[in-house]
This record gives sequence, C-alpha cells and structure tokens, in this order.
Amino acid sequence: MNASAVMMLWGTSIGKKAVMAVTGFILVGFVIGHMLGNLKIYQGEEKFNAYAAWLREVGSPAFGHEQFLWLARLILLMATALHIVAAAQLTQMSYDARPVSYAQKKAIQATYASRTMRWGGVIITLFVVYHILHFTFGAVGFTPGQYKHLSVYRNVVIGFSVWYVAAFYIAAMVALGLHMYHGVWSMFQTLGLNTENAGRPYQALATVSSIVVVLGNISVPTAVLAGLLK
Amino acid sequence: MMKLTLRVWRQKNATAPGRFVTYEAKNVSQDMSFLEMLDVLNEELIGRGEEPIAFEHDCREGICGSCGFMIDGLAHGPKRATTVCQLHMRSFRDGDSLTIEPWRARAFPVVKDLIVDRSAFDRIIQAGGFISAPTGSAPDANAILIPKEHADLAFDGAACIGCGACVAACPNAAAMLFTAAKVSHLGLLPQGQPERDDRVRKMVTVMDGEMFGSCTNIGECEAVCPKEIRLYFIARMNHDLIKAGIKVRKMSQQAARI
Repeated sequence: MNASAVMMLWGTSIGKKAVMAVTGFILVGFVIGHMLGNLKIYQGEEKFNAYAAWLREVGSPAFGHEQFLWLARLILLMATALHIVAAAQLTQMSYDARPVSYAQKKAIQATYASRTMRWGGVIITLFVVYHILHFTFGAVGFTPGQYKHLSVYRNVVIGFSVWYVAAFYIAAMVALGLHMYHGVWSMFQTLGLNTENAGRPYQALATVSSIVVVLGNISVPTAVLAGLLK
Repeated sequence: MMKLTLRVWRQKNATAPGRFVTYEAKNVSQDMSFLEMLDVLNEELIGRGEEPIAFEHDCREGICGSCGFMIDGLAHGPKRATTVCQLHMRSFRDGDSLTIEPWRARAFPVVKDLIVDRSAFDRIIQAGGFISAPTGSAPDANAILIPKEHADLAFDGAACIGCGACVAACPNAAAMLFTAAKVSHLGLLPQGQPERDDRVRKMVTVMDGEMFGSCTNIGECEAVCPKEIRLYFIARMNHDLIKAGIKVRKMSQQAARI
C-alpha cells in the first residue's frame, strides 16, 4: 500500500467506503474497550478511579505521563474525521443520484438500522461532543464545583443522577447500537470479506457486539438511577 | 374479470414536466401479464384518440431486461424474482389502486412516460465488461478446465439482464449490484483473468462518473433483482477493486522497467 494506491482508491466510491470500514473498525475497537472500562465502575470507587489514573500512565516507562493517551486520542480523532468526511461525500453523491424522488417507495428487506445510518451518525457525533464536555471537561451537566478531575466515580454518579442526562446517554447508546448493528456487518461487506459462504458469522458478530456494547454501557446510568451505584 | 385504478406517470419527453394521470383498467383477466393489461388499456386510449402509455418491452419472457417500472413502490412489482412482463394480474386483487412510475435516477433520465434511458449501463460495460480474446470458431468444450463452483457462480452473475431494478430500488440509486455482477462473472473465469484488475478499476470509475449513488449495503437491490443476484457479488467487486488499487504502483513500476 502506498500513496498513489490510496489516492486511486479514495477517488472511487468503493475506496471511500473502504476508508469508512477501516476507520469504523478502529472506532468499534475503541467503543468495545471503552465499554469494558466502564464496567470497572462495579469494582468500586477506589478501583475505578485507579483505572482512570492508569489510563494516563499506559505504556510507561516507554511513554511519559498522558503520552499514550494523547496518541490514542489523536488516532481516534483522525479516524472520526475520515469516517465523517467520507460519509458526507458519499451521502452527497447519493443525494445527487436521485434528484426526483418516488411518489411511492417501499423497502423490502432493508433493516431499520441500515436506513438510519446517516442520522444515527449525526446523533452519535453530537453525543460524543456532549460526552466530552460532560465527563472530560465537566463543562456541562454539573453545577459549579461538582466536577472533580480524576474523581471519575463521583463524577459519573453525580452526572447520571440527573435523570434527563442519563436518559440522553441511554438514547445515544441505542443509536450507537443500531449504527454498529449495520456498520459492523457492512465493514466485512465493504472490504470484500463477505463471500458466498462467510456471511452468517459476520452478521452474528455484528448482532452480538452491538448488543453487548449497548447493554454494558446502558447498565451504568441505569444502575445510578436505580441507586445501585452511589 | 377485475377492475383496477392506475395512477400512471405521464411525461411527454425528456424535458417536459411529468405528472400522474389516473386511468380505470376494466375487463382485466387475472391471466394477463401486467404489460398485456397495459396493452388493453392502451388500445382503449388509442380508440379515444389519446396518447397511449409508453413503456419499454421486448421479449416478454423475462430474459431481455427491457421492461421494468415501479408498481406501488416496488421495482417490477410485488412478486420476487420476476420482471414486470412475467408478473401476472393474479398477483393483484379486484379493485386495487396502483401507482406506476418510471425508475428514478439521475443516470436514468426519463425518455417518455415509463421509459428511461439506461445507456449509462452500456457505458459501464464498454469500460471493461468484455474479454480481449480472439474469437472465431467455437473452442473445444472443456479445453479450459473450470471448477464447477466457479462456473456456477460466474453464471449466477452472468444472469444479470441489465434491467436497472437494482438502481431503481436502491435508496442511493447506486449501480453496484449491476456492476458487481458484470465484473464478477468475467472475474470468476480463467478467460477473464488477464484484464481482471483493469476491468474492475475502469468499470467502477465509469460507474461513479455516470452519477450513480454510493452503496450503503442495504440490500434492496438483491430483494428486487429478477435474476436473484446476491449481495455477495458486491463484496466480491469491492475485494477486487481494493486488490487492484493496491497493485496500481506495482504495475506502473513493471511498465517502467519494460
């Protein structure tokens, strides 16, 4: 793989889709890791806060304080940017391809998830912005003085005790689950791995991974609202 | 005998604005094909001195790919694996009200009424849907050995009749299933190997240039394809294109050496 091959692929619709598949793979990997990290909250305040502190020391001593964290953030940011740019260009292409819409149009086998990828992507993007402002910066969703950097356990419990914030998180996770349900399978289809014999395992992988991520993530605000985490 | 109400898209020519006109189709036998039902209606229109409804058709046995329009939001109508000429009126009920409109895609401009110009498909084929082999008298059967699975799969792709239903049903108006079927049926056979990388690159480039949309793996194309061409063919084309993309530089280096 080299520069000219990448440019040739980026110049085609299929190449842009391949970029979406590869960046999607990176983002799904992050989402699964993030969900597993979230579950550490059930080990108690001390261990959960220690996990947050450890994230800043990953790769030590080869990496300095927060260096690996920032590397990961940079990669995620670039993957997100490429994913969104490719999606926007491909969407424009599709909108241009049908200037006159049908008076009547029925879907036969398209799933709800597959038909809501674009809006799902927009919702997830808005959620991520809110999520970072909320738990990373403490800039929204907290009264002044409530948010304490690295007191992640307290921050989560206080943050989710506001019911509409918790409800927004839960709704966003359902959107993420739908996006993953079609996206994970699409990854294999787009990269050409979905051959005549291989389709079913990929569909199963998409179903299982999206359900696990949604349930794992939703459990946290639900547990706070139910008073199980305090 | 059945009676139907048809809301049909009427458009004088490519530039004129179109509109829906409602017709009553009386004396419809359930053994008529959908096109025969329109033939009878057209006879009546001609008798009244009106312009008959223009629709494309040729073989009327489901193998030429000429016919096709939307019936109540479904390409080729409600019956699976069936072109509109092979769709019979027994698939409908007496008193049904149906909306009939042409394929909608920028790449398929309306010529008249229900007829669209599908020559964008021809240009995709011209870009690479062939093999550069000397033709002549038929070669000996089995002179080139082909594994049965490859032959079967290639034939599944070759079954494409180019009717355009995949584009019509796609929410993105993408031509991926058509192009994938054409790329794959040659790419699966030994005779198609020398031009395999070049073929997929050229055909996809022309496909994009013809202003078709971009695939979102939704599968509506597969659902309406009268020849039941599977979504797997699109994965196969994606694979071929990505592989061909990776080989670009290697080939230009080889060319420079020669």
